[in-house]
Amino acid sequence: MYEFLQQLLNGLSLGAIYALIAIGYTMVYGILRFINFAHSDVFMAGAFIGLNVARYTHPGTFLGGFIVLGSAMLGCALLGMTIERLAYRPLRGAPTLNVLITAIGVSLFLEYSGQKFFGAAPRRFPAIFPVREFTFGGAITISSNQLAVIGVTFLLMVALQLVVFRTKIGTAMRAVSLNPRAAQLVGINNDVVISFTFGLGSALAAAGGILYALNYPSIDPLMGVMPGLKAFVAAVLGGIGSIPGAALGGLILGVVETFVAGSPWSTGKDAIAFGILIVILLFRPAGLLGKSGVEKV
Amino acid sequence: MLPKPLLALAGALLLAAGIGAVSDRIDPYFLDVLTGIGINVILAVSLNLVNGYTGQFSLGHAGFMSVGAYCAAAITLFAGPGLLGPSGGSALGQGSLFLAALLCGGLCAALAGLLVGVPSLRLKGDYLAIVTLGFGEIIRVIFQNVGALGGALGLNGIPAYTTISWVVSFAAVAIFTVLCLVHSTYGRGFIATHDDEIAAEAVGLNTTRYKIVAFVVGAFFAGIAGGLYAHFKQAIAPAGFDFTKSIEIVVMVILGGMGNTMGVILGAVLLTLLPELLRPIADYRMIIYSLILIALMISRPQGLFNFHRRNPAARG
Repeated sequence: MYEFLQQLLNGLSLGAIYALIAIGYTMVYGILRFINFAHSDVFMAGAFIGLNVARYTHPGTFLGGFIVLGSAMLGCALLGMTIERLAYRPLRGAPTLNVLITAIGVSLFLEYSGQKFFGAAPRRFPAIFPVREFTFGGAITISSNQLAVIGVTFLLMVALQLVVFRTKIGTAMRAVSLNPRAAQLVGINNDVVISFTFGLGSALAAAGGILYALNYPSIDPLMGVMPGLKAFVAAVLGGIGSIPGAALGGLILGVVETFVAGSPWSTGKDAIAFGILIVILLFRPAGLLGKSGVEKV
Repeated sequence: MLPKPLLALAGALLLAAGIGAVSDRIDPYFLDVLTGIGINVILAVSLNLVNGYTGQFSLGHAGFMSVGAYCAAAITLFAGPGLLGPSGGSALGQGSLFLAALLCGGLCAALAGLLVGVPSLRLKGDYLAIVTLGFGEIIRVIFQNVGALGGALGLNGIPAYTTISWVVSFAAVAIFTVLCLVHSTYGRGFIATHDDEIAAEAVGLNTTRYKIVAFVVGAFFAGIAGGLYAHFKQAIAPAGFDFTKSIEIVVMVILGGMGNTMGVILGAVLLTLLPELLRPIADYRMIIYSLILIALMISRPQGLFNFHRRNPAARG
């Protein structure tokens, strides 16, 4: 029983990170209908920005930790908006496949630039938040880093929900994802909204990157590939385009993966995400919380 | 007198034999690059049948390639010594064993294509891309966990049967098959499925069946290419067939111009040569490669070598 709870806890903290990344995928897909392959590398960039900022802050303090987190989120928001402006905006209205390939190009560019400028070897990520371990009932251990993951994710989700449902720009985002042309007709500047969406999604990915680096304290330029793919699976599982769906999908995926990793079939850990993906697409292509549309001629 | 396409095929096969005869005098580095180009041409042309002509976006081609590679390599490695005897067998014996291994690899890959294709081709667009990517990764994880096939280390010491003649011959056969298939009466259905699926179904075409046929034929040639690759590099590992490899093949197809076999061949040649040409600036070559990719997608979305077919952007 204790082991079950411990695994559940580990799974939730992994799932929270998947959820943060998945939201970026789902928001971009909701608005532009394409898979932003570069998103997983923005996640990596977040971790590296954090590593470099952490040199100038006091390690192991809350203030220092939040400065690192905040600057990584800001840096990645700018990065995401720049990518959108330079690579994706010229392709507005082009076939999805071309945008997809461009996204792959951006992804390769970030990965190889990272390898060139940061080096391909893994680096240790410092403990930016105070580190403590709490033990419950003598058997369940939770580290302050895991708590930070769950706490920060929860705060960001609430903030995101407020932005999307309580602000003017959030309303505009929902309008554009519902019908871009109609949104334009009522006076919404689609480019601004799309740019904002990229910034928001990238900031969340950066937070995910920092939190991931805290719990698996070694980072390298290719660290985003696998979490990125899995976060995408999480987005599809929850219903792509749906923000609560992405959060739910991330948590489910994190928990399932952690349990598989602790079972005799642990070598299949990386395949399980894709297995879930295939099953969900075959039986419920719209995802758990997504709405299925009807194809119009 | 043979019909024109058959004549071209016969010519290409003669050319393959011709190159094989003088291959001793060609610079080995050049020969290696040429073999790499040939294998990539087979991969790109076969994927073009799925992605280009039929319009189904598959991101799992490397998975089928690995099925063919493992199957063919397992046959020559494990069954080869028993069949050929201790002396290693005659050239004819080795050749026919290799041919059988390649065809077995192709058939296994085609079977995998059928198993993957039947359920996943119900999906469209991005979803199909992601599901095929998922299947590709699952195939890779399976190979990683099969101890008999070397697990994560893969298979080593595969005999170096692949020669330039084999590669050119199979590239010719792949191009011939795809072109004849697409330009036949039956093959119009692939293009109809690509152009407008609903309209194609309305005139009574079984689009699902066309998609599966395209998928299976594509997977067959991917398997052949995998077999050739295994006996060219002499060592294969699951990590070499991950989704980066699939994307590499997709990029060849898109860059060359989807649904344009000549363009796709040129795309494969160019993308195999590009990393070689950029070798002097090794540190930056992949960065430049990715920048070229982005720039090309923005400036020539219809593909580099696509001149006659109408702009694919015209389609919704």
